[in-house]
Amino acid sequence: MSLSIVRRMPRLLVVLTTAAALAGCSSGADTDAAPSSGDVVVKTDDATCELSAATAPAGTVTYRVTNAGSKVTEFYVYAEGDRVVGEAANIKPGGSRDLKVELASPGTFTVACKPGMVGDGIRHEFTVTGATSTGNADEKVTRAIAAYREFVGGQSDELVARTTEFVVAIKAGDVARAKSLYPQARLPWEMIEPVAESFGDLDPRIDGREDVVDEGMAFTGYHRLEKDLWVTGLQPDSTKIADQLLADVSDIAAKAQTVEPDALSIANGAKALLDEVATGKITGEEERYSHTDLWDFKGNLQGSQAALETLRPVVTPRDAALQQALDAKFAELNMLLDSHRSGGAYVSYTRLTDADVKKLTVALDALAEEVAKVPGVVAG
Amino acid sequence: MSSREEGVSRRQLLVGSAGVLGVAAGAAGGYAAGPASRRDAGAGVGPAPAALDAPVAFHGEHQAGIVTPAQDRLHFVALDVISKDRAELARMLERWTNAAERMILGAEAAPGGLVGGGPHKVPQDTGEAYGLPASGLTITIGFGPSLFDDRFGLANRKPVALQKLPAFRGDRLEAHRSGGDLCIQACANDPQVAVHAVRNLVRLGFGVVSVRWSQLGFGRTSSTSTSQTTPRNLFGFKDGTSNVKAEEPDALAEHVWVQPQDEAGAGAWMTGGSYLVARRIRMQIEVWDRTNLLEQEQVFGRGKQEGEPLGETKEFDRLDLDRTGPDGKPLIPTTAHVRLAHESQLGGIRILRRGYNFTDGTDGVGHLDAGLFFIAFMRDPRRQFVPMQRALAAKDALNEYIVHTGSALFACPPGTEPGQPWGRALFA
Repeated sequence: MSLSIVRRMPRLLVVLTTAAALAGCSSGADTDAAPSSGDVVVKTDDATCELSAATAPAGTVTYRVTNAGSKVTEFYVYAEGDRVVGEAANIKPGGSRDLKVELASPGTFTVACKPGMVGDGIRHEFTVTGATSTGNADEKVTRAIAAYREFVGGQSDELVARTTEFVVAIKAGDVARAKSLYPQARLPWEMIEPVAESFGDLDPRIDGREDVVDEGMAFTGYHRLEKDLWVTGLQPDSTKIADQLLADVSDIAAKAQTVEPDALSIANGAKALLDEVATGKITGEEERYSHTDLWDFKGNLQGSQAALETLRPVVTPRDAALQQALDAKFAELNMLLDSHRSGGAYVSYTRLTDADVKKLTVALDALAEEVAKVPGVVAG
Repeated sequence: MSSREEGVSRRQLLVGSAGVLGVAAGAAGGYAAGPASRRDAGAGVGPAPAALDAPVAFHGEHQAGIVTPAQDRLHFVALDVISKDRAELARMLERWTNAAERMILGAEAAPGGLVGGGPHKVPQDTGEAYGLPASGLTITIGFGPSLFDDRFGLANRKPVALQKLPAFRGDRLEAHRSGGDLCIQACANDPQVAVHAVRNLVRLGFGVVSVRWSQLGFGRTSSTSTSQTTPRNLFGFKDGTSNVKAEEPDALAEHVWVQPQDEAGAGAWMTGGSYLVARRIRMQIEVWDRTNLLEQEQVFGRGKQEGEPLGETKEFDRLDLDRTGPDGKPLIPTTAHVRLAHESQLGGIRILRRGYNFTDGTDGVGHLDAGLFFIAFMRDPRRQFVPMQRALAAKDALNEYIVHTGSALFACPPGTEPGQPWGRALFA
């Protein structure tokens, strides 16, 4: 995943009535308030979907939907690409429902009645006129980005410092010390991996595995030294590999300080770190010689948590329940992972039983499902 | 029947006639027709043989997927609850109910689930069933005995009939294919629809439940309605000819649905529900296939082509267990499967079988890992499945060719009304 700047969507806040918020499970929270003049009255049955107006000025639009058909129906307001701006689900035969939608920018939308809840529904164009209602630049987002850059900067420094120590041990031929420093040098790397990965060929040179090195490229970096330390013993060119690693790591650390993320890329990076755990660490593939996968696991997890911590002031007001769930699931997985520590170090991956791996996987699934919701929340 | 019968497709056989189709459409429409008519069109009330791609009503006195004419495909999953929070579990069941109500109609698991969240949100529906018809999807859930331990304060709600099944002679049960706190049985006439349903419910349950084991079934082995023909199992035989059928209301009340007097106290919430027994029965396919026809027919007690009881001519001819051949021996051997499983040998016990053939690839030594995923519904497993399986395990000639490798028991609660989540009576 890369941190390239992603175009932000204009924010379309959706304000649902209480009834619509219970979409899909609602009891008969039907409206009985008198319609006001600006409202769009929608009359629908099994075959028709009639609107009292096909246009509205930018701002909050209230659709008052009445279902005269024999099937349960739904009413949608779509932006381009069928992105749902607002929906009222489970409108029973004879029932009615209000849907309030914040259509802040002018443009063409699509509204649809969907008798029977399946298919494309009966569609009409709906035009929003006037000027974009201006929103304040979000101070919280700006601060979150600054906090994340600070975090990346700190970890980049740490990465260089620890890798320097590791390289010194290699060059001194001190295998025992190099082995103990290896997972600790990689910890900051794993915390900022999504940032590092955005720099083209540096990532494979630093972190490439023996079986995924591109044609024409040598097997270098951390994992080559890992193999030397744990399997083949230090080689004549180990020193050269170590020097190159330090140069590459210093290079990437300097570049990482210049990255200008946005809130969405921070959130996507947090999710990408957990994907790394799911596909590489929890399977024991990443550290196939040293079996120090749980250190990398911790690094990815901490990196993800730290990134989302910077977004807390953005997420909490928009979705407090999600923030609560994130806190709870991070705590659970951290606790479970730390139960595999012994004497300040994570145990070898080979000491995990199948049941241990399943428990970690289950807790990771639970966390990742929540983390995957954050980009949608910060994108608005 | 005229010679036109030769042109009858499999689909037509299952559907019956156009007249039946009309009835079915009415029943499906009942979902949307308001509470008054819904009761009549309830999922468990009448058999509604419908077009293979039509929806099956979700709400009703009983859960769908029990007397519903058995669909062709199955995805069954057993789950463990990993959360310690009872309220979280109840909320998940509510999410499941909402998603199930939509999916059985062929809709996405959530409104706008395919692309409606826009580019930055994770789609709420996984998408592989988008555009496919409802395909007769039913989703049936159940609660295992282990759910009623001390974790959720449900110990005092445990039905008396929900006792872990005893060990049976010859069992070779594997822990990773047995047990579970919850189960989801998804049946459909399109495998993609059944798999989609389970996948999306499992996803809605992450953090609350984790999958313990699952089983795909690719062909039904039972008929649960007189509108259906009796299918064959992987041994090539028709089995379960005298299954309890949807058209037998008295037999359903007596053998399938839990009655008010069964569970007066802790388990009163089970009234209108049914117990599901699942057994993964591995068949020694290669050994069976090199067994001669006489032996095969003697093992089952039926003819292979017609499915007739030995000594008779048609599948549904009366099973006369007393008939003897010229040698004075019973025509249907004393160890024949059909004899031992017959109600007359079991004090009148019957069950509603709803099993599926399965193949899980090969077993590593070049043999098919295949067999019957036995599912049966009943009013009280202690009085039905347990004595029945004891009798079969002791004497059935079929035991030479099968081995039970998985086992589970679940209490499937009664059906729901609109606005009611699964298990509401239990968690109330």
